Amino acid sequence: MKKISGTGAAIWLLLPPALMLFTLFVALPMGEAAWYSFYNWNGYGTPTEFVGWKNFQRLFETPAFRTALFNNGLIIAVSLLIQLPLALAMAVLLSERLAGTNTFRLIFFLPYVLAEIAAGLIWRFAYDGDYGLLAKIWNATLGNAPHVLADPDFAMAAILVVIVWKYFGFHMVLYIAGLQQIDRNLYEAARIDGATRWQLFTNITFPLLGSTIKLSVFFAILGSLQLFDLIMPLTKGGPFDSTQTMVSFLYNYGITRMQIGFGSAIGVVIFLICVTFAFFYKRMVMRDEN
Amino acid sequence: MKLKQLVLSVAAVVGVSLSLLNVASAQVTVRMMHVDQNPDVQAFYADVAKRFEATKPGVKIDVQYMENQAYKAKLTTLLQSPERPNIIYSWGGGVMREQVKAGVIEDITSPMNAQWKERFIPSAIQSFTLDGKIVGVPFQTAQVGFFYNKDLFAKAGVDSAAIKTWDDLLGSVKKLQAAGITPIITGGGDKWPLHFYWSHLAIRIGGKPAFEAALRGEGKGFAEDTFVRAGDMLKQLSDLKPFQNGYLATTFPQSAGMFGDGKGAMALQLNGMLGSMRANSADKIGIPDEKLGWFAFPTVTGGKGDPSDTLGGMNGWLVTKGSPKEAAEFLRFFSELSNQKIAAEKGLYLPVVNGSTEAIKRPVLRMLAENVGRAKYHQVYYDQMLGASVGAVVNDISQGIAADKIKPADAAAAVQAAWKQAN
Repeated sequence: MKKISGTGAAIWLLLPPALMLFTLFVALPMGEAAWYSFYNWNGYGTPTEFVGWKNFQRLFETPAFRTALFNNGLIIAVSLLIQLPLALAMAVLLSERLAGTNTFRLIFFLPYVLAEIAAGLIWRFAYDGDYGLLAKIWNATLGNAPHVLADPDFAMAAILVVIVWKYFGFHMVLYIAGLQQIDRNLYEAARIDGATRWQLFTNITFPLLGSTIKLSVFFAILGSLQLFDLIMPLTKGGPFDSTQTMVSFLYNYGITRMQIGFGSAIGVVIFLICVTFAFFYKRMVMRDEN
Repeated sequence: MKLKQLVLSVAAVVGVSLSLLNVASAQVTVRMMHVDQNPDVQAFYADVAKRFEATKPGVKIDVQYMENQAYKAKLTTLLQSPERPNIIYSWGGGVMREQVKAGVIEDITSPMNAQWKERFIPSAIQSFTLDGKIVGVPFQTAQVGFFYNKDLFAKAGVDSAAIKTWDDLLGSVKKLQAAGITPIITGGGDKWPLHFYWSHLAIRIGGKPAFEAALRGEGKGFAEDTFVRAGDMLKQLSDLKPFQNGYLATTFPQSAGMFGDGKGAMALQLNGMLGSMRANSADKIGIPDEKLGWFAFPTVTGGKGDPSDTLGGMNGWLVTKGSPKEAAEFLRFFSELSNQKIAAEKGLYLPVVNGSTEAIKRPVLRMLAENVGRAKYHQVYYDQMLGASVGAVVNDISQGIAADKIKPADAAAAVQAAWKQAN
């Protein structure tokens, strides 16, 4: 009897279950969604009414979807331009071994630990125009507090604040971990050479943190594209679809309206956007990692 | 020692499963799924089930609860799986029509014809009849109307008995505002509370004929004058800014609590709001019955609708395909007058079985049940009646008109476009 090599045996033993699960729960549903997206179908029986590209056409003609696309763009922009720099600044401050840094790390990381729905509900209370924290402060200083979540002009901004609050702690922790990998001697040497704090940051910290930053940007963008569970408790995408994201749009217009074909078309578009991004990001930006 | 424990526990598990298997083979289990969160209603279901089981040895009624939104989202998948419950909760209307069309619901015309359907008020059976076939067992109704706070009305000098027409309502809104009182509380963030305005106006303006003509696609369908005018009149109201600040983000439970706390004078709602009011008010009581008033949705000058026409719910139970005959038998037992009287007495809901109304003790609830019983035309909520996708559009445009985001004519056209797309 021929002996199978160790790796070969492991592959034959371990691959089939994983492959089967992947096919069953990832590949197959994706294929099905792509198929459904060409039908006008309410979810009962099998789809029969073939409509070609009509669902996709309708999708791009729906103003709410354009708002959702714009909002996703906005979330990405805010994540990259406000959230990540803030997280980095905090990480640099808190990576030093001073009294109290651990406490602050914990406090800043806490929002990330909170479930999205719970965080959304808490902020819903905070934003309440009658009893909320914001209203109390506003009434005491500026008079007559607005109902921010009821106002299509402000609701999205209010949600962006929550997003930054919720996720910057996660990126901060990533950066702190990255910072701890940097050789302390480099700083010491630079300090001896008379480098300022800013020079230390631009010449040592930032370049050596490169791979961590690339990873955190990747998470931030993918997370922004998939944002859903914070939106539901805060606004459900309203008022007037002003805070809709692509996924909340899928839920509101596809699932609750029993338009499974249309909903699948939305899903396919989100999938393509995410895959394209992930593919190119891995190829172009993260290619020399590992 | 450890091994002994293990052996014992394995033996116990095997023994229990075997005995379960034995029992299961001797039994018929009917699984029933509902969305009633109220513990009193759940206790009532459990009690009826227990008494039915006592009369039918070998039959087990398994009553399961699922949260409303989750239930609606899951039902499509659930009904097509072999694990589907035998009896499901239904709001009737368009969603039920889709389910029947998909062939997942049992036709119960023949058991109903065997001296069963006579128990119900006529509009109830009508709501569960499709193409001459009875597909469900109605059990509760609801009516939409204006609840009001008697103290606040008195303070502003508004007489509810004098609110007969839409213009009277607009006048009372102005009076309340002059007295510094928020006239109307609404859960505008959930949208459906606002759709009551648009649909009830349409019922008053065009009556049953206008709605049925639109369903048949006559003329411009839902883009016809009746529905444009409903929007115009809703805009008349919303131009007065009658709703509480921030109503576009207020949810229904929140609004019920605010009304209970006396933050505003009126709320256009169904009777189910009373339970939510109690649960969400600061003092967990809300407005006590002696301070709580109710008046019917005002009429519209020159409107074709009959003032006795009602808007509300007509909920029932559907038997799913392939269920044992005990499912329908249980529902027959459930809808016996003696059982429905218990629900009526406890004020759990408004039953639709003849003779049960008299048992309702709470005057406000009894009045609503009588209204529905008397109505020549009881319209099920548009957002249920028209199905999930069109219903959602009706809710969207009602909120849009109220906030001046969409013109009444465009709103009616949007509903018609959605109707055409879905049918």
